[in-house]
Amino acid sequence: MASEEYISDSSSDFTEYWIDLFLGIKGNEYFCDVDDEYIRDRFNLTGLNQEVNKLPTLIDIITDLLDIESQPEEHRDALEHNARILYGLIHARYILTSRGLNKMFEKFRNGDFGYCPRVHCQLHPLLPIGLNDQPRLASVKLYCAKCEDLFNPKSGRHSIIDGAYFGTSFPAMFFQYFPQVIPVHPKETYVPKVFGFKLHEYSKLNRWRELQRIKLEKRLTNHGIEITNVAGGFIVENNEDQSQDLEESSSQQLP
Amino acid sequence: MPSDPEDDYIPWIQQFCESFGHDYFVPIAQEFIEDDFNLTGLSSQVPYYREALYTILDYQVETAEDHNDDSTNLNGNGSNSTNNNNNNNNTTTTNNTSTNTNNNNSKKPELPNKSLLAHSAELLYGLIHARYIISKPGLTAMASKFERNEFGSCPRFYCDGMHLIPVGSTDIPGQETVRLYCPCCNDIYIPSSSRYLNIDGAFFGTTFPGLLVKMFPEIENQCRIRINKFNQNDFGLKLFGFKINELSLSGPRMKWLKMHPRSDIEKDEYENCEFSIPVRENGDEENEEHEEHEIEGKLEEDDDKTMASE
Repeated sequence: MASEEYISDSSSDFTEYWIDLFLGIKGNEYFCDVDDEYIRDRFNLTGLNQEVNKLPTLIDIITDLLDIESQPEEHRDALEHNARILYGLIHARYILTSRGLNKMFEKFRNGDFGYCPRVHCQLHPLLPIGLNDQPRLASVKLYCAKCEDLFNPKSGRHSIIDGAYFGTSFPAMFFQYFPQVIPVHPKETYVPKVFGFKLHEYSKLNRWRELQRIKLEKRLTNHGIEITNVAGGFIVENNEDQSQDLEESSSQQLP
Repeated sequence: MPSDPEDDYIPWIQQFCESFGHDYFVPIAQEFIEDDFNLTGLSSQVPYYREALYTILDYQVETAEDHNDDSTNLNGNGSNSTNNNNNNNNTTTTNNTSTNTNNNNSKKPELPNKSLLAHSAELLYGLIHARYIISKPGLTAMASKFERNEFGSCPRFYCDGMHLIPVGSTDIPGQETVRLYCPCCNDIYIPSSSRYLNIDGAFFGTTFPGLLVKMFPEIENQCRIRINKFNQNDFGLKLFGFKINELSLSGPRMKWLKMHPRSDIEKDEYENCEFSIPVRENGDEENEEHEEHEIEGKLEEDDDKTMASE
């Protein structure tokens, strides 16, 4: 693994890099490619030998220093399986670095992670998130920055990916790094109606939630934070003063 | 249903409900359509209303294409096949239908062509469907579809696969496509498959989900179980285990959207929201909760109060 000329070292029937093959597998669309240098830097892999066996061999497989075909046949499946787990865990660390964040930003812009299914979010692009940083606990979820909620991936291929391959910190880091993509939050809510009349208990809950929002807005403005139609704030349709909007939202429930 | 001698004959309604992307629809009972009372007002919304209605009910309908040989086929579907044969023979002559209609006896001045009629029939069926599913048999039929999860599950993680209910955002056709309502998070979603993106929301109507939830209280029970299960769970973005402060630009700003009252103070507050959002001056509990903020932002807040009271 000290050798830099890994292409000439590897066997001749090698047509593609392991990472490219991995990214090409159906269902792995959420992953970005991790730089070879990042994987080879042992410091970045601290602690990962507790999650997988034969860490050095796996690193060689991922970085194409070692052809998996050269391994004893009975070990190949296990090695391939572990290599994928290792790649996922390195991936979770890599996407918190600035290079990784930039690669994920590109994928976010392309909508590779899908779009929020909520009607009021108007197809806002999603970000992958794990519920745990330990592998084998929960599958990957998708985070919408507009409604700040978690969604299950639409496709079954994606809902079996381990959440630890993206980590719990990724979306938070993403928005710290790219504050320009923090959205303006929509205020619209839905209340079921029967023949045009809102159902009372849903309406009541909705009023209470609106009260919570008004209190939040109050707290934020008291700290001198602008929240009308700015990133991280709320969409106000008619560009009115916030207090008027407050009044309006409380009166529109009355009729 | 009129008896039919042909074996391979499929009623129009069944054909419609089984066609691609129409799996949200239930077949409407023939009696419901035959009762004119249920169709009040629809004649003005649907072009070629009478012909469309006959198409749905599998009565014989004259179209511009087969107007040439209309004199004989007044009784039932039996003549359907011969009609089609004639049609094939007449394809050359249909190009000048306008002259044909002039030549024939003009008891019906304008006749729809086949594609126009098919569209009218689907529109009419959809509008009747919106009315049918809020009647008792329709509700029951839709409820069993809901039970079988035929409308899909809520994509929201904390709704734990709650079944969805189709809803329209308006009752006027041609405005919005169908949406799915989740009774658990009380929100509406876009159907996950694109095959439903051309289904009109008005074919389900705005009233249906509210009525279904009220008519079948077990749906609300299912929701309550899920809400209790996840209510203690306070999701927010974390960076290396630390929560982001709400004052931060990327901080939690939308928690109110899916919140449920938990503490006693919150429950009192919730009760106060019975008919309107309580005005701030009267709400003592909010004041004591955020006293420290009040002092800081005293100036701004005074402004707000005077504006709100006017």
